[in-house]
Order: sequence, then C-alpha cells, then structure tokens
Amino acid sequence: MRFNYLEPRTIEEAVSLLIRCQGMAKVIAGGTDLLNQIRLKMIKPEYLVDIGYIPDLDYIKYDSEGWLSIGTLATIRSLEMSAEIQQRHPVISQAASLLGSMAIRNVGTIGGNLCHASPSAETAPALIGLEARVKVVGSDGERTVPLENFFTGPGQTVLQRGELMVEIQVPPMPAGTKGVYLKHSTRGTVNPAIVGVAAIVAMDGKRCKEIKLVLGAVAPTPIRAKKAEEILRGEEIDDTLIEKAAQAASDESSPITDVRASADYRKEMVKVFTRYALRNGITH
Amino acid sequence: MKQVITLRVNGIVEEVYIEPWWTLSRVLREELGLVGTKEACGNGFCGSCTVLIDGKAVKSCLYLAMKARGKEITTIEGLKGKDGGLHPLQKAFVQHFAVQCGYCTAGMIIAAKAMLDENPNPSEEEIRAGLSGNLCRCTGYLKIVEAILACTERGE
Repeated sequence: MRFNYLEPRTIEEAVSLLIRCQGMAKVIAGGTDLLNQIRLKMIKPEYLVDIGYIPDLDYIKYDSEGWLSIGTLATIRSLEMSAEIQQRHPVISQAASLLGSMAIRNVGTIGGNLCHASPSAETAPALIGLEARVKVVGSDGERTVPLENFFTGPGQTVLQRGELMVEIQVPPMPAGTKGVYLKHSTRGTVNPAIVGVAAIVAMDGKRCKEIKLVLGAVAPTPIRAKKAEEILRGEEIDDTLIEKAAQAASDESSPITDVRASADYRKEMVKVFTRYALRNGITH
Repeated sequence: MKQVITLRVNGIVEEVYIEPWWTLSRVLREELGLVGTKEACGNGFCGSCTVLIDGKAVKSCLYLAMKARGKEITTIEGLKGKDGGLHPLQKAFVQHFAVQCGYCTAGMIIAAKAMLDENPNPSEEEIRAGLSGNLCRCTGYLKIVEAILACTERGE
C-alpha cells in the first residue's frame, strides 16, 4: 500500500480534489472495503481523499413527513442500532445487522457500502425496495438518483469523476407495509451474501397490494425481480403463487460461479430465499 | 510523505513518525512495540488484529493509523483488572485453557470485552454470534466461549 492522503474539510474541497486528481484518487470513508481492495492489489490509487473529516455527514434523521435522511458517513452499526430506524424502517436495521462482523459494522459506512457497488452490498436490496434515492454532489451542483439506477455493474456506479454521494433519502413506509431482508451466507453474517433477498410488501387481507422484490449477489448489480413482482401484485397470495414467483425470481437472476458458491446453487437459493421472504412478508 | 502524528494508546500519548498508508496494526506493532495485537489475514476476516477505538471493536488491519488521531486506542496490553493485574477476561482465558497457539487470543479477548461492555449478560448464542468475526485456527472455540461465559454477570 502506498498513496498520498488528502483530508478535505468541506464537500467542495473534496470534489475539487477528486477532479484535480484526474481519476487517480479514491474516496475513503471507513476504509473497510477500500483498504481491503488495496491490500489485495485489486486497485492502486495514487491518492486517497478521506471524507471522514468533513463535518455534518454522519447523521440519521426523519423529517416531519416521515422521510429518512442518512448521511453518507453514518456507520452500518448506527443504522443497525438506531431506535428510530428500528421503529420506522426496521428492514434497514435488519439488513445492516447482517453486514460483516461487528468490528466491520463499527467502521464501515452506508456511503461506502453503496459506492463500493458490490453486487452483494448488504444494504442495497432493502433500500432499493424502499425506493430510496441518493444525493450526489459534483462540481456542477447536486443531483438525486434513484438507488435502483445507481449501480451499473460490479464496482461500477453512475458517479462521475469528482462526484460524491452525500446522503441517502428514504420515503416513509406506508402503514401496513412490511419489509424483510434475508441473507444466505456462511460464517454467520461475516461473509458476503451468496444470495440476498429483500421483499417490501403491502397486503390487503390476502391480496398483495404492492410489492418490491430485490435480489442481491446474483447479478452484476442488485436487481428488482420485476416478473416475480408482477405475478404477485394485485393477486390473492397462496402457496402456488409464491412458488411461481420464486421460480420467476430465480429465472430473472444471472449469478456467477465464484469462491462462495456456484451459479446453479445460487439460482436454486434465490428460489428458496424468495419463498422464505414472501412467506415472512405476507404474515403480519 | 512521512509525518509525525500523535496517538493515544492505552492512556499514553505517543508520537509516531509514519507513512499515511500505514495501518493501525502496523503502527502498534512496529512503531510502538505493542505486539500483543496480531495481524493474520490482513483482510478483515480473521479478527486477530481487533483493538478498541473509543471503546468499540475495530479491525486494526483495515484502519489507517491516520484515522486514529484524536481517538482513544486500547490494545490487549491496556486491559487491566481492578487490582491492576490481569483483566477478568484474561484470567478466565487462562483458567479455562482458552488459549492454544495464542494467535487469535488478543483479538478474541478484545472482541469479548467490547461485547460485554455493551451487554454484560449475553447468552451463549449471543457470545458465539458476537465472536463470529474472530477465527481460531486451532478451533478451540468451546473453551473460549466457556471463558467468556464465566465473565458474564451470571457466571461471576
């Protein structure tokens, strides 16, 4: 490891440093993902721009309409432990609690988890299912991007050079909506997901009013299983329909074989974990 | 470029002359001689490098020393019992033979301390979950869990 270490004190300064470094810089927040990649020689940045000294980027707050705003530097552990999130968006706390070991969650940040853009990013499926969007600041000002459109490939996002994710915004969960995130992995929560499934479900009796089903670790990015959603949306849910949706979700996934699991196994597990998530999601 | 930074380790203020890419584990071991903290995998998976930063467990192999400025760092050398001797967790690890090769021990004890500071009375299951970030290649988990159980409020 060898790099120049820059410590901007404002967002503007960070953006201007990132532009001046002409693509040879990486942003570091907690560093749990980034330093790992550098140590494994997957990347070799010449500059690290540490945004950890920029004030007011570590927060969790709700506005009067129930929107949740999370500062990019909020740690995964703080999302897990926030009493307000546990009450108003419990699926976010649940997903956060499944990310790595506690010593990683204490340091790793929500911004880092999302911008690192691992297909298995633990916080992504639930946030996509909740229709979260992210606020990005660059030299031309700021823009917001739906999280669903944020990821473009493994390690790839829509962030342009000099752009910084500063906030994650989550709409309120309508009353009667339930969220579930299930992670399949080895070694408890420590290893990255083999399969992750988030289901955000609104039921009206036995009828599914609305559903978002999001899969992690089984495609180049986290993906919505839209065909499976269509099978369920507006319908009375029974085991046959759950089975059909689970199969559809599995068909929509395009996993790879890697050290953690084979593609075939992952496809099978998408079916199993979609089934679990749906059963869990429709029981209130 | 090397620079002088100040770190507060086990209550002592230390000046170190470091490169910005040095990890906290490296600075603790090679600059400050605090070799109780071990580095094994170097990728955040094994937990042998676990230290406390402001009371929270952190993997020091994935933590830049630069980021530790202004924070309170506690390593295995900084643990003490009320009498100034070994910390109760250290005593329990000895009494329960929870050490085989010893390489994971410092990380296990630090992770256990962070866990007990937050929840003084964890169940066995919670202890096992709390230690999931720490590997013992000797597979001596049973004795480790027993030692930590003995340090819970129930065990005392």
